Amino acid sequence: MTGEQWPLWEVFVRPRRGLSHGHVGSLHAPDAAMALRNARDLYTRRQEGVSIWVVPAEQISASSPDEKDAFFDPAADKVYRYPTFYDVPEGAPHI
Amino acid sequence: MSADQVDYLLRLGDDALVAAQRLGEWYAGTPEMEQDVALANIALDQLGMARLLLTYAGELEGKGRDEDALAFLRDDREFRNCLLVELPNGDFAMTMAKLLFLSAYQRLLYDASIGVADERLAAMCAKARKESAYHLDNGAQWTIRLGDGTDESHRRMQAAVDELWPYTHELFASDELCQRLDEAGLAVNPATLRDGWLSTVEPVLAEATLERPADGWAPEGGRRGVHTEHLSYLLAEMQVLHRAHPGAKW
Repeated sequence: MTGEQWPLWEVFVRPRRGLSHGHVGSLHAPDAAMALRNARDLYTRRQEGVSIWVVPAEQISASSPDEKDAFFDPAADKVYRYPTFYDVPEGAPHI
Repeated sequence: MSADQVDYLLRLGDDALVAAQRLGEWYAGTPEMEQDVALANIALDQLGMARLLLTYAGELEGKGRDEDALAFLRDDREFRNCLLVELPNGDFAMTMAKLLFLSAYQRLLYDASIGVADERLAAMCAKARKESAYHLDNGAQWTIRLGDGTDESHRRMQAAVDELWPYTHELFASDELCQRLDEAGLAVNPATLRDGWLSTVEPVLAEATLERPADGWAPEGGRRGVHTEHLSYLLAEMQVLHRAHPGAKW
């Protein structure tokens, strides 16, 4: 195709009732209605989902790989954030 | 009666088969990859329905012809598809107009056929009607976008609708075979579907800012095996492998 390409859309599919929508990929489409239809053809042909979301890719704000250390590393040495860090006191079985 | 049924199943099956072959010609040729996949999906739906119908026709006929024999070893005069499906793809607008017109008809036909006394046919139609609903949606969405798009897309979409409209009359043409099967409760008389078809298609054309063409010239003959010259070329390409290597398998 010559000229400009259709805008990019990110596709989220909910595989089953009770689960969250998960990102499955992206596609090009001229508008939201066609993006949904294209997503149906590209990502749910084999009964992968019960619900589809499409979001314009340009509307997504993403964390930068350069900020990876500042964003994620501090969590690594804070084991007290995990429930397994704490001993359950005796006599309190339902905690 | 079963000879009538065979002929009728070939009409439906050949519509689906030839439509599938035409859509397949688009593969890797549409404006965007996403539309490639959409048309290929629709082609495969049509092919799936064609296989069911032709297999059933072959069994009812009782002469040992399976789906392959019917698809690959009949000549154009033995095909019973409507002329609409065999017309060349033309540009993308033409293909979308054809998709809209054909799928609106198939959707109504399959819907109505769920109630026929032929239980096997009814079950096939119950399966295919959901697929047709999606084909119709795809055709309608594109007709609206191209009709109500740029000056150039509007011009092309209107030209496509104008050129194909005459061929839609054949979809609803009834003959003695249709009437016999209708009276026996074995098939839907296509003449009863046109009102529903118009009330499906006309709002799409209106939303697409397209003019609904006047009814006039109504070419026909496909149901009797009298086709345009385009079908012979289509069959030559579709059948060449099977005829050159009978019984070839993957």
